[in-house]
Amino acid sequence: MRSIWRTLRQDLGRPLARDIALVCLADGVVGLSYGAISVGGGLQFWVPVLLSLLVFAGASQFLFVGIVAAGGSPIAATIAGLLVNSRHVAFGLAVSDVIGGGWKKIPGSHLMTDENVAFALGQDDPRRKRAAYWVCGIGIFVCWNLGVFAGARLGSVITDTDVLGLDAAFPAVLLALVLPSLRDRSTRTAALVGVVVALAATPFLPAGLPVLFALVGLVFYRVGRPVEEEAVR
Amino acid sequence: MRNPGLLLIAVLILAVGTFSLRVAGPLLRTRFELPERAQQLMSAATVVLLAALVATAALTAGHGAAGIARPAGVLVGGILAWRKVPFVLVILAAAATAAGLRLIGVP
Repeated sequence: MRSIWRTLRQDLGRPLARDIALVCLADGVVGLSYGAISVGGGLQFWVPVLLSLLVFAGASQFLFVGIVAAGGSPIAATIAGLLVNSRHVAFGLAVSDVIGGGWKKIPGSHLMTDENVAFALGQDDPRRKRAAYWVCGIGIFVCWNLGVFAGARLGSVITDTDVLGLDAAFPAVLLALVLPSLRDRSTRTAALVGVVVALAATPFLPAGLPVLFALVGLVFYRVGRPVEEEAVR
Repeated sequence: MRNPGLLLIAVLILAVGTFSLRVAGPLLRTRFELPERAQQLMSAATVVLLAALVATAALTAGHGAAGIARPAGVLVGGILAWRKVPFVLVILAAAATAAGLRLIGVP
């Protein structure tokens, strides 16, 4: 065990290993709040836990739980989740060589996240690329699921989420995750238009659908200068 | 009441669909790369969907408005996040603001 860790540390180098550890811990905290808020918001314990193990993609999990907890249809929630996760096709093409061949494609694909793809693409040496991808992927998988599990446990204890203000914590968490991406002007315009459309549609449409209608905002999106790496997973 | 069976099926479809999207790249395996345009459009779509979820979750409850305490909490959290305050503090401040306002009778 120790020697495996040492080899990986050598492949990674100290600063990179530290960065990866920090990202994993941060994701654990996000997972903790995700689990607590989901169960506190009225979903059963197994919903966030199973989503985290089987879907393992934070943005889509937040969307799914947000739509279902608001009374929206699980079908709308699934569609929204799949739309958000479509970016993994591009990731997969980019890191196909890093993951390796054969059976490794299966776990390697499931471990694909914004973070470990970004870490892998940031390295020059193929060995470091591979080490960064796998170590970061496994680390996030472990931290995320432990966090969600603990959070969901915590959420079951809480009976009145409104008294604790947890209903405000959920959008605040998402906002904190989305903010860095809004620095890009064109993305910001599209998001603002989407927000207005979703809010205007809320009184008339069943819960969940207004969020999907927000995609209309993409009409105002212009591909321009290279955008920064995404901070949302 | 939510139907647990339908919910489970929805979770499983999302899981299978997401895995298919992830494994597509490694399976195609060729040097084929998605055009830069398409990649940027996908990340923009993610941001748009999440921003809309933030707005509806912060400002609406059912088909109506959400009151004052919740949007105020989200606003405080958003400002702190914008000032790059650590994530944990953002969550706590948002929740504490909403809880505090409700304590003094603000809906």
